[in-house]
Amino acid sequence: MQNNFPNEGMSVIVKTITRFTVWLIFLYGLYIVIHGHLSPGGGFAGGVIVALSYVHLTLAYGKNFVLDRINKFAMNSLEAIAAILIVLTGIVGLWLVGRFLANFLGIGTLYTLLSAGYIPILNIFICVKVGMGLYLVFYYLASFKPQEG
Amino acid sequence: MPVDIWLYFILGFMIIGSIASLEIKNILSSIITIGVVGLGLSLAFLFLGAPDLALVQFVFEILCVIILIRAFAKRSIEVRALRRDVPETIVAIIILLSIFVLSIFALADLPSFGKPIVRVAERYLANAGAETGSQNIVTSVILNYRIYDTLGEVTVLFTAILGSFTVLRKLGRKKRHAE
Repeated sequence: MQNNFPNEGMSVIVKTITRFTVWLIFLYGLYIVIHGHLSPGGGFAGGVIVALSYVHLTLAYGKNFVLDRINKFAMNSLEAIAAILIVLTGIVGLWLVGRFLANFLGIGTLYTLLSAGYIPILNIFICVKVGMGLYLVFYYLASFKPQEG
Repeated sequence: MPVDIWLYFILGFMIIGSIASLEIKNILSSIITIGVVGLGLSLAFLFLGAPDLALVQFVFEILCVIILIRAFAKRSIEVRALRRDVPETIVAIIILLSIFVLSIFALADLPSFGKPIVRVAERYLANAGAETGSQNIVTSVILNYRIYDTLGEVTVLFTAILGSFTVLRKLGRKKRHAE
């Protein structure tokens, strides 16, 4: 996809460096989330890192470049859907085990990636929620123009 | 009287207070009613045996009410200019000194460092791996033992995003400008 807004954002040096670093930041955030039950981190920290990769892109290329590639309505909906899914996980626990937000999956073997029951699932939902939400807050604050209203 | 009846009483009181705060037209009365609801919650925490939460809720609620009054209803309140007189200063120093002396006795009764009264943290450290299957004990606490707390945090974040969206959108600002 070509850049429709080449004059916005920062200098060419920053844009080139951003092209190398932004996916590393994004993948690091995903790693933090997926290994949340094994290593330090988790849904909140990983979600913040994922949101920061978007913020990084917005700062370097300008917000119209990012808005060309992502759908703001989809981000808003994803955030709300993730919140609903967290509550639905709790209701499934209520249905299968008898307590709200109870661990309804087996806990598996310690130290393996697929272990700890529902903790990785909740981490992923929280990551989607925190990442989308923090980026949206950043977007709303960045696009606020007091002289408009 | 058992704790349950007190809790029902406080809960009904808080429900009436929150309905009243929505229905009252005067904004100062409405803010004070919100404060009443918060203080009721603080009392409920106290009855449920969580004095630390009750203290935090009490202080937070008073701060909240002061900020809300200053932010929304400051035009209708007369503020007395602050002047430091000699008797007031002496009274303030005496109160501060007495609080300091009393806190020495109070702090002597606190448990020493590294020896908490509540033993739940040791249980987490010993059993977290076997009970939750998570190698990371911090994650096992926030996503298994204290999952309701995390649900509340997620709700707070959701409300913050809703608030920023509502305050900063173009629709509301344009409407207010046109009036």
